[in-house]
Amino acid sequence: MATTTVPGAIAAPLDDEVRIERHGVWKRFRRHRMALAGAIVILCISLVALFAHWLAPADPNFIDQAHWTGFPLAPGVAGHILGTDENGRDLLSRLMYGAQISLTVAFFAVLMELSIGTVLGAVSGYYGGAIDYALMRVTDVFLSIPLLPLLLVLTAIVSASSSKAALGFGVIVVIIGGISWPSVARLVRASFLSLREKEFCEAARALGNPAGRIIFRHLLPNAVAPIIVQGTLEVANVIILESTLSFLGFGIQPPTASWGNMLANAESNMAIAPWVAIFPGLCILVTVLAINYLGDGLRDAIDPNMK
Amino acid sequence: MILFGILSKAPGGPLTPYLQNPHITAADIARLKHNFGLDQPVYVQYLRWLAKVVTGDLGYSTSQSEPVVTAILERMPATLLLVGSAFVFSLAIGLTFGIVSALRPYSAIDYIITTFAFFGQSMPVFWFALMMQLAFAVTGITLLGYHIALPSAGIESSDQFDLGDRIEHLILPMLVLSLLNIATWSRFTRSSMLEVVRTDYMRTAAAKGLDRLTVILRHGLKNALIPVVTIIALSLPSLVTGAVITETIFAWPGMGRLFINALGQFDFSLLMGYLMMVSVMVVFCNLLADLAYAWLDPRVKYD
Repeated sequence: MATTTVPGAIAAPLDDEVRIERHGVWKRFRRHRMALAGAIVILCISLVALFAHWLAPADPNFIDQAHWTGFPLAPGVAGHILGTDENGRDLLSRLMYGAQISLTVAFFAVLMELSIGTVLGAVSGYYGGAIDYALMRVTDVFLSIPLLPLLLVLTAIVSASSSKAALGFGVIVVIIGGISWPSVARLVRASFLSLREKEFCEAARALGNPAGRIIFRHLLPNAVAPIIVQGTLEVANVIILESTLSFLGFGIQPPTASWGNMLANAESNMAIAPWVAIFPGLCILVTVLAINYLGDGLRDAIDPNMK
Repeated sequence: MILFGILSKAPGGPLTPYLQNPHITAADIARLKHNFGLDQPVYVQYLRWLAKVVTGDLGYSTSQSEPVVTAILERMPATLLLVGSAFVFSLAIGLTFGIVSALRPYSAIDYIITTFAFFGQSMPVFWFALMMQLAFAVTGITLLGYHIALPSAGIESSDQFDLGDRIEHLILPMLVLSLLNIATWSRFTRSSMLEVVRTDYMRTAAAKGLDRLTVILRHGLKNALIPVVTIIALSLPSLVTGAVITETIFAWPGMGRLFINALGQFDFSLLMGYLMMVSVMVVFCNLLADLAYAWLDPRVKYD
């Protein structure tokens, strides 16, 4: 009985503190106007991506043969608001479906990255010693290979060894998520190293909690703020990475539209159809910019001492 | 504590680049077996490859029909020219932007520069390259009465060496490759400068009656640049790998384009050679950053 009332008594004031703290975070975040604007932009893009099926004026792979002459149609011609690409497919529709792909890939890749990085970083930081040493050498190896060439080689290997010509977007998610976690692991490890020395951690241990419970119930909630900030910024990074891979022909394969692969063929027609090259890149830029502003605002709001 | 910080940042010794190989050779070997009917265990293949690497033999490139080392070395000067000029350009512009920004924090010019830096960091490089081509190369552009039409591909127009022609070919790829670094370095310089400006020794220097510019440049900049130098050294490898995209779009005959070609033809010994080289570069630049840090900041000591 005593053991249940004592933690409860301690927990009540803590709860209040947390609420005050959160309120402060929201207040500081609201003051960061660009971050707020970024959040709104991201919300809009996500909604468009989510409802692309209903919002898109045409099927993204439908070829408008009635009007298509072998060249991209200009914006406004034959009801295509942003024109068509070199195959006579509606650009606006492809952009909407491309948003779906780009955002889904980014979301799941970052989710995977954060999960692996958090678990390994937490284990590494909590236990220390030989486990920590081994895991950190693994992250060293990953961090010593530049990301882009490694990604390119891995996707090339996968596409060479699989019988299917088209790379599923799941493969891209697993590859990106599977090799970009070390930076997250480093971050989580660093905060766990200091958290495990705190008194509340010792108290949790003294109460006989198993290590897994201490890590996930007691320590992780205290380390979650920098993970959220890092995760937000990583979404922006992954969107750029995925679009770069797709642009170079090693990411999402056509006919599936992604912002990156829509640009792949744009270069050859740039003199007569600049809109094919302009709009997909503009989408990437606006999205990434919005996410970066959001991440920046979150960092300032959560940790006002930084910067 | 500083020592601990550096040690935890330092890479895992000179063996690091070799450690990466197993998970790449695994698939590499699978293909080789498939193509040539080799059926030795993976570790034998790997050890043999490793033994060759130590003697400077990276294998034979199937797509270039020459040894990997020769293929890479042939393309190196072009890449070095591009990366080198982008480095100097980013350094000049990035530091200037950062300093100007920090001199007048929260002013209009600071606002413009930080916004520009944000755009630069969010810009997909390949799209920026396409837009630069669209603006300056495809049809050309008329600025202040001059018609500018820059070449969008290659390193030279003819075999005859012509400095002006070389420079014309260099401008666009260099700008594209520099953008990200200008953005990152200027943001970093700005925050580093702002931190230094708040210190006591800066107030002392100002109190001695030195004029503002001397205080900022002689006393402030010198100290503010210490962390910046570290960041710059660490971002050198990304400049080389970033050249992969730039070289591909501008048809620049360097190592990056060689890498993409090799990728398209599954020339794995060439890919391995390239990855190997950039990984060694990462480790080397980490070391360089640590050494530079210790050299510039007398408070840091290595045992």
